[in-house]
Amino acid sequence: MIETQQSQPATSRGTTLRTEEMILNMGPQHPSTHGVLRLELVVDGEIVVDVIPHMGYLHRCFEKHAEAMTNYQQVVPYVDRMDYLSSMGNEFAYVVAAEKLLKIQVPERVDYIRVIMAELQRIASHQVAIGTYGIDIGAFTPFLFLFRDRERILDLIEEVCGARLLYNYFWIGGLSHDLPPGWVEKAKEFCAYLKPNITELNNLLTFNKIFIERTANVGVLPKDVAINYGCSGPMLRASGVDWDLRRDDPYSVYHKFDWQVSVGRGEVGTVGDCWDRNIVRVHEMEQSLRIIEQALEQIPEGNVQEKLPKRIMPVASEVYARTEAPRGELGFYIVSDGTGSPYRIKARGPSFVNLSVIAEISRGAMIADLVAILGSTDIVLGEVDR
Amino acid sequence: MTFQEIADLLQKKFGEAITLVKADAAVDPFITVSAASIKDIALYLREDESLAFDYLSCLSGVDRKGTLEVVYHIASMTLRHKLVLKVSVPTDRPEVPSVESVWKSANWHEREAYDLLGIIFTDHPDLRRILLPYDWEGYPLRKDYEVPEFYNGMRVPY
Repeated sequence: MIETQQSQPATSRGTTLRTEEMILNMGPQHPSTHGVLRLELVVDGEIVVDVIPHMGYLHRCFEKHAEAMTNYQQVVPYVDRMDYLSSMGNEFAYVVAAEKLLKIQVPERVDYIRVIMAELQRIASHQVAIGTYGIDIGAFTPFLFLFRDRERILDLIEEVCGARLLYNYFWIGGLSHDLPPGWVEKAKEFCAYLKPNITELNNLLTFNKIFIERTANVGVLPKDVAINYGCSGPMLRASGVDWDLRRDDPYSVYHKFDWQVSVGRGEVGTVGDCWDRNIVRVHEMEQSLRIIEQALEQIPEGNVQEKLPKRIMPVASEVYARTEAPRGELGFYIVSDGTGSPYRIKARGPSFVNLSVIAEISRGAMIADLVAILGSTDIVLGEVDR
Repeated sequence: MTFQEIADLLQKKFGEAITLVKADAAVDPFITVSAASIKDIALYLREDESLAFDYLSCLSGVDRKGTLEVVYHIASMTLRHKLVLKVSVPTDRPEVPSVESVWKSANWHEREAYDLLGIIFTDHPDLRRILLPYDWEGYPLRKDYEVPEFYNGMRVPY
């Protein structure tokens, strides 16, 4: 597997033992890279000296495709396929940007349903993140428990829009369908069902001794580095930055709910280590449940489709709108030239930016720890490569 | 700070380098600056305490047919204001100084703009293609781009 290297004899006591550096390829087909990512590692024995990521294996020319569309609505299914674990989050960001560009106000019921869907999706996405992270570290059971619960979220979403992964549910100016009868009650039941399971997850994984040993004090990302590298989402909050776009740059109806931003506190290690990144996701699941419960209580009656012309023509202008997707700041920069089709769309995906910090926090770590670090960044390659 | 206050401050400090202040844009107001001064302005925006733009949200390239544009969406985490900066360069000499030394997040965004639009970021430490294969030819997001017929012996158009 790995070419063995002859270690150099130490010339004198007190100097660090060093071996000849070698290049090791991790990926593109490697279970811990969570998709098709190749990491070129420069290693000194077991120690990582440098990491050079090579991406683009999943590049599907999203931005080029978007320019070829004949109207803004047609982009939504493509947006779904960026971060395929949080399609609702992607659609949310895109429709918020497009509606800002077109100056459309959506009915209040639409905003509530969007928030409920986005938060359900956030829980489902974090369940995959935490579950697969457990597998990376060597714990298989939590993954099965989490997927059992995630299945119920997908069932709820399927009932609303007919699809389980790629929805095309958020439309510009509204939604494709209203909630089916009895759905609100089912969603409430689900919230009550999930709460004790988060405690179960904490007992099983979060506070497991082996899990703590593997993740505490590993891959520490300091606050200033996180901001300078543009990290966002749980990655940024775990480093002790109290920042969440849902609260700090509000969009939709998030300002109407009572909830808290989870921040890493270094409970078992250092602030900004892998364990903190994981616990922030666990707390976010609880907070999302709080938001969903309030939204389900307050949801108003009304229309779910704003009356729009068949072909939407914005004025020549441009817009950047950012939202808090499960992985962080997802922004869309849309340039319009006054015709029906978008002139340029740039997607600022959180995975892409969060991945860029990997080399910075992995230098000096063991190869096994690199797996833990990469898992804790929770990237989705579909969004990195677009 | 409001957009107008920031714009006034920049105009006072950099004068000629600020080429356009578009406060009445249909959606997002923006400031266009000369390519040569972008790095100084970026550093000033980050370092000045009343501005404190510590976060580069997004950096995009746009082909405006004849000119290439680089758009910087920056924000301050402490003061919670946002700003859109723009730089415009001719397509036949698309050179823009890199702001990688100011905001590290610019590194990959600039590589992407180079990869897809062929904007050359001078002083960038590692300007390689990032999404396309390293031996790909041409810049696909340019409006006059034509898909090559073959790539390494494989037919490209389908």
